Amino acid sequence: MAFKTPLKTVRGLGSAKDGTHHWWAQRLTALALVPLTIWFVASVAALAGADHAAFLQWVSSPLVTMLLILLLVATFHHAQLGLQVVVEDYVHNEGAKITLLIAIKGLSVILAVASIVAVLRISLGAGI
Amino acid sequence: MGFPYMASENRPLSPHLQVYRWQITMALSILHRMTGVALAVGTLLLVWWLLAAAAGPAPYETVQSFIGSWIGRLLLFGWSFALFYHLCNGLRHLAWDAGWGFEIKTMTTTGWLVVAASLVLTLISWVLGYAALGSWV
Repeated sequence: MAFKTPLKTVRGLGSAKDGTHHWWAQRLTALALVPLTIWFVASVAALAGADHAAFLQWVSSPLVTMLLILLLVATFHHAQLGLQVVVEDYVHNEGAKITLLIAIKGLSVILAVASIVAVLRISLGAGI
Repeated sequence: MGFPYMASENRPLSPHLQVYRWQITMALSILHRMTGVALAVGTLLLVWWLLAAAAGPAPYETVQSFIGSWIGRLLLFGWSFALFYHLCNGLRHLAWDAGWGFEIKTMTTTGWLVVAASLVLTLISWVLGYAALGSWV
Protein backbone atom coordinates (compact mmCIF):
# COMPACT_ATOMS: atom_id res chain seq x y z
CA MET A 1 0.00 0.00 0.00
CA ALA A 2 2.22 2.79 -1.23
CA PHE A 3 0.22 5.85 -0.25
CA LYS A 4 3.37 7.55 1.01
CA THR A 5 5.90 9.01 -1.37
CA PRO A 6 9.40 7.59 -0.92
CA LEU A 7 10.57 10.95 0.43
CA LYS A 8 7.86 10.94 3.09
CA THR A 9 8.90 7.44 4.13
CA VAL A 10 12.54 8.44 4.36
CA ARG A 11 11.78 11.51 6.45
CA GLY A 12 9.50 9.48 8.68
CA LEU A 13 7.82 12.58 10.06
CA GLY A 14 4.15 11.57 9.69
CA SER A 15 1.15 13.86 9.44
CA ALA A 16 2.19 16.07 12.34
CA LYS A 17 5.51 16.71 10.52
CA ASP A 18 7.25 16.23 13.81
CA GLY A 19 8.31 12.59 13.81
CA THR A 20 8.62 10.57 16.99
CA HIS A 21 11.22 12.74 18.70
CA HIS A 22 8.84 14.34 21.21
CA TRP A 23 7.34 11.00 22.18
CA TRP A 24 10.74 9.36 22.53
CA ALA A 25 12.21 12.22 24.60
CA GLN A 26 9.19 12.01 26.93
CA ARG A 27 9.74 8.26 27.48
CA LEU A 28 13.50 8.60 28.04
CA THR A 29 13.12 11.43 30.56
CA ALA A 30 10.37 9.37 32.25
CA LEU A 31 12.73 6.41 32.50
CA ALA A 32 15.50 8.59 33.94
CA LEU A 33 13.08 10.11 36.43
CA VAL A 34 12.05 6.75 37.93
CA PRO A 35 15.24 6.18 39.97
CA LEU A 36 15.94 9.90 40.37
CA THR A 37 12.50 10.63 41.87
CA ILE A 38 12.61 7.68 44.26
CA TRP A 39 16.05 8.82 45.44
CA PHE A 40 14.87 12.41 45.78
CA VAL A 41 11.72 11.66 47.79
CA ALA A 42 13.63 9.34 50.11
CA SER A 43 16.30 12.03 50.61
CA VAL A 44 13.78 14.82 51.24
CA ALA A 45 11.94 12.64 53.75
CA ALA A 46 15.24 12.02 55.55
CA LEU A 47 15.96 15.77 55.48
CA ALA A 48 12.64 16.75 57.10
CA GLY A 49 13.45 19.24 59.85
CA ALA A 50 17.12 19.57 58.85
CA ASP A 51 18.64 23.00 59.49
CA HIS A 52 20.38 25.14 56.88
CA ALA A 53 23.88 23.82 57.61
CA ALA A 54 22.77 20.20 57.34
CA PHE A 55 20.96 20.95 54.09
CA LEU A 56 24.04 22.63 52.57
CA GLN A 57 26.18 19.72 53.64
CA TRP A 58 23.81 17.29 51.94
CA VAL A 59 23.73 19.28 48.67
CA SER A 60 27.53 19.70 48.58
CA SER A 61 28.26 15.99 48.53
CA PRO A 62 29.52 15.34 44.95
CA LEU A 63 27.08 12.50 44.33
CA VAL A 64 24.10 14.52 45.58
CA THR A 65 25.14 17.55 43.51
CA MET A 66 25.29 15.39 40.40
CA LEU A 67 22.01 13.60 41.07
CA LEU A 68 20.23 16.89 41.86
CA ILE A 69 21.37 18.42 38.57
CA LEU A 70 20.33 15.31 36.64
CA LEU A 71 16.97 15.38 38.43
CA LEU A 72 16.43 19.06 37.60
CA VAL A 73 17.35 18.62 33.92
CA ALA A 74 15.11 15.56 33.50
CA THR A 75 12.25 17.10 35.50
CA PHE A 76 12.06 20.37 33.58
CA HIS A 77 12.54 18.66 30.23
CA HIS A 78 9.80 16.14 31.03
CA ALA A 79 7.47 18.83 32.43
CA GLN A 80 7.93 20.99 29.33
CA LEU A 81 7.16 18.07 27.02
CA GLY A 82 4.07 17.11 29.03
CA LEU A 83 2.68 20.64 29.33
CA GLN A 84 3.23 21.10 25.60
CA VAL A 85 0.92 18.16 24.85
CA VAL A 86 -1.73 19.51 27.23
CA VAL A 87 -1.67 22.92 25.53
CA GLU A 88 -1.73 21.35 22.06
CA ASP A 89 -4.77 19.28 23.07
CA TYR A 90 -6.89 22.01 24.64
CA VAL A 91 -5.84 25.39 23.22
CA HIS A 92 -7.16 25.75 19.69
CA ASN A 93 -6.53 29.43 19.06
CA GLU A 94 -3.28 29.42 17.09
CA GLY A 95 -1.92 32.67 18.56
CA ALA A 96 -2.68 31.72 22.16
CA LYS A 97 -1.30 28.24 21.59
CA ILE A 98 2.05 29.40 20.23
CA THR A 99 2.36 32.08 22.93
CA LEU A 100 1.71 29.50 25.67
CA LEU A 101 4.11 26.98 24.14
CA ILE A 102 6.90 29.55 23.98
CA ALA A 103 6.15 30.74 27.53
CA ILE A 104 6.26 27.17 28.87
CA LYS A 105 9.50 26.44 27.08
CA GLY A 106 11.10 29.68 28.28
CA LEU A 107 9.91 29.24 31.86
CA SER A 108 11.16 25.64 31.99
CA VAL A 109 14.62 26.69 30.83
CA ILE A 110 14.74 29.64 33.25
CA LEU A 111 13.63 27.56 36.26
CA ALA A 112 16.01 24.73 35.35
CA VAL A 113 19.00 27.07 35.00
CA ALA A 114 18.11 29.03 38.16
CA SER A 115 17.84 25.89 40.28
CA ILE A 116 20.98 24.31 38.82
CA VAL A 117 22.94 27.52 39.52
CA ALA A 118 21.63 27.40 43.11
CA VAL A 119 22.80 23.80 43.51
CA LEU A 120 26.23 24.67 42.07
CA ARG A 121 26.57 27.76 44.28
CA ILE A 122 25.95 25.62 47.35
CA SER A 123 28.15 22.80 46.13
CA LEU A 124 31.07 25.03 45.18
CA GLY A 125 30.87 26.85 48.48
CA ALA A 126 29.47 30.16 47.28
CA GLY A 127 26.42 29.66 49.49
CA ILE A 128 26.63 31.51 52.78
CA MET B 1 -19.51 19.28 -1.27
CA GLY B 2 -18.57 17.84 -4.63
CA PHE B 3 -17.00 14.68 -3.26
CA PRO B 4 -19.66 12.05 -2.58
CA TYR B 5 -17.11 9.46 -1.45
CA MET B 6 -16.17 11.62 1.51
CA ALA B 7 -19.71 11.34 2.91
CA SER B 8 -18.86 13.72 5.70
CA GLU B 9 -22.49 13.92 6.87
CA ASN B 10 -22.65 10.25 7.84
CA ARG B 11 -19.32 9.80 9.51
CA PRO B 12 -19.60 8.42 13.03
CA LEU B 13 -18.94 10.93 15.77
CA SER B 14 -17.20 10.02 18.96
CA PRO B 15 -19.70 10.32 21.83
CA HIS B 16 -19.10 13.32 24.02
CA LEU B 17 -17.15 12.75 27.23
CA GLN B 18 -20.18 13.45 29.44
CA VAL B 19 -22.17 10.44 28.23
CA TYR B 20 -19.53 7.91 29.21
CA ARG B 21 -20.01 5.81 32.31
CA TRP B 22 -17.08 6.54 34.59
CA GLN B 23 -14.55 3.73 34.65
CA ILE B 24 -11.26 3.27 36.41
CA THR B 25 -9.22 3.44 33.21
CA MET B 26 -10.60 6.80 32.14
CA ALA B 27 -10.47 8.27 35.65
CA LEU B 28 -6.81 7.28 35.99
CA SER B 29 -5.96 8.63 32.55
CA ILE B 30 -7.40 12.03 33.49
CA LEU B 31 -5.69 11.87 36.88
CA HIS B 32 -2.34 11.20 35.18
CA ARG B 33 -2.63 14.41 33.23
CA MET B 34 -3.90 16.41 36.22
CA THR B 35 -1.11 15.20 38.48
CA GLY B 36 1.38 15.99 35.71
CA VAL B 37 0.22 19.59 35.52
CA ALA B 38 0.13 19.84 39.34
CA LEU B 39 3.69 18.54 39.57
CA ALA B 40 4.85 21.06 36.99
CA VAL B 41 3.43 23.79 39.25
CA GLY B 42 5.03 22.05 42.24
CA THR B 43 8.50 22.51 40.74
CA LEU B 44 8.12 26.15 41.80
CA LEU B 45 8.42 25.07 45.44
CA LEU B 46 11.49 22.99 44.61
CA VAL B 47 13.12 25.94 42.84
CA TRP B 48 12.22 28.30 45.70
CA TRP B 49 13.67 25.84 48.22
CA LEU B 50 16.99 25.50 46.36
CA LEU B 51 17.33 29.24 45.65
CA ALA B 52 16.56 30.07 49.28
CA ALA B 53 19.11 27.55 50.54
CA ALA B 54 21.75 29.08 48.27
CA ALA B 55 20.80 32.59 49.44
CA GLY B 56 21.42 31.93 53.14
CA PRO B 57 19.98 30.69 56.45
CA ALA B 58 17.25 33.34 56.77
CA PRO B 59 15.59 32.77 53.36
CA TYR B 60 15.95 29.01 53.93
CA GLU B 61 14.14 29.38 57.28
CA THR B 62 11.31 31.22 55.51
CA VAL B 63 10.78 28.30 53.13
CA GLN B 64 11.08 25.76 55.94
CA SER B 65 8.45 27.54 58.03
CA PHE B 66 6.15 27.75 55.02
CA ILE B 67 6.54 24.01 54.37
CA GLY B 68 6.02 23.36 58.09
CA SER B 69 2.76 25.36 58.22
CA TRP B 70 -0.52 23.47 57.80
CA ILE B 71 -1.06 24.83 54.30
CA GLY B 72 2.53 23.91 53.40
CA ARG B 73 2.08 20.39 54.73
CA LEU B 74 -1.25 20.04 52.91
CA LEU B 75 0.34 21.16 49.62
CA LEU B 76 3.31 18.89 50.15
CA PHE B 77 1.05 15.95 50.95
CA GLY B 78 -0.91 16.55 47.75
CA TRP B 79 2.27 16.90 45.73
CA SER B 80 3.79 13.75 47.23
CA PHE B 81 0.68 11.76 46.30
CA ALA B 82 0.68 13.34 42.82
CA LEU B 83 4.34 12.43 42.42
CA PHE B 84 3.88 8.79 43.45
CA TYR B 85 0.72 8.46 41.37
CA HIS B 86 2.36 9.96 38.28
CA LEU B 87 5.41 7.74 38.86
CA CYS B 88 3.43 4.50 39.26
CA ASN B 89 1.02 5.24 36.45
CA GLY B 90 3.98 6.37 34.34
CA LEU B 91 5.45 2.89 34.76
CA ARG B 92 2.07 1.55 33.61
CA HIS B 93 2.37 3.77 30.54
CA LEU B 94 5.91 2.54 29.86
CA ALA B 95 4.65 -1.05 30.06
CA TRP B 96 1.97 -0.21 27.49
CA ASP B 97 4.64 1.35 25.28
CA ALA B 98 6.49 -1.95 25.46
CA GLY B 99 3.28 -3.62 24.26
CA TRP B 100 2.28 -5.17 27.57
CA GLY B 101 -0.99 -4.98 29.53
CA PHE B 102 -3.61 -3.99 26.99
CA GLU B 103 -6.28 -6.57 27.97
CA ILE B 104 -9.20 -4.85 29.66
CA LYS B 105 -8.90 -7.10 32.73
CA THR B 106 -5.17 -6.42 33.01
CA MET B 107 -5.75 -2.69 32.60
CA THR B 108 -8.28 -2.63 35.43
CA THR B 109 -6.01 -4.69 37.69
CA THR B 110 -2.91 -2.58 37.02
CA GLY B 111 -5.03 0.55 37.47
CA TRP B 112 -6.11 -0.41 40.99
CA LEU B 113 -2.57 -1.58 41.72
CA VAL B 114 -1.30 1.87 40.79
CA VAL B 115 -3.83 3.53 43.11
CA ALA B 116 -2.91 1.23 46.00
CA ALA B 117 0.84 1.56 45.40
CA SER B 118 0.74 5.34 45.24
CA LEU B 119 -1.28 5.57 48.47
CA VAL B 120 1.07 3.16 50.27
CA LEU B 121 4.21 4.93 48.99
CA THR B 122 2.80 8.33 50.00
CA LEU B 123 2.10 7.07 53.52
CA ILE B 124 5.54 5.41 53.81
CA SER B 125 7.31 8.61 52.76
CA TRP B 126 5.37 10.65 55.34
CA VAL B 127 6.09 8.12 58.08
CA LEU B 128 9.79 8.32 57.15
CA GLY B 129 9.57 12.11 57.05
CA TYR B 130 8.06 12.36 60.51
CA ALA B 131 10.57 9.83 61.86
CA ALA B 132 13.40 11.98 60.44
CA LEU B 133 11.79 15.11 61.87
CA GLY B 134 12.03 13.52 65.32
CA SER B 135 15.67 12.57 64.79
CA TRP B 136 16.83 16.11 63.95
CA VAL B 137 15.24 17.74 66.96
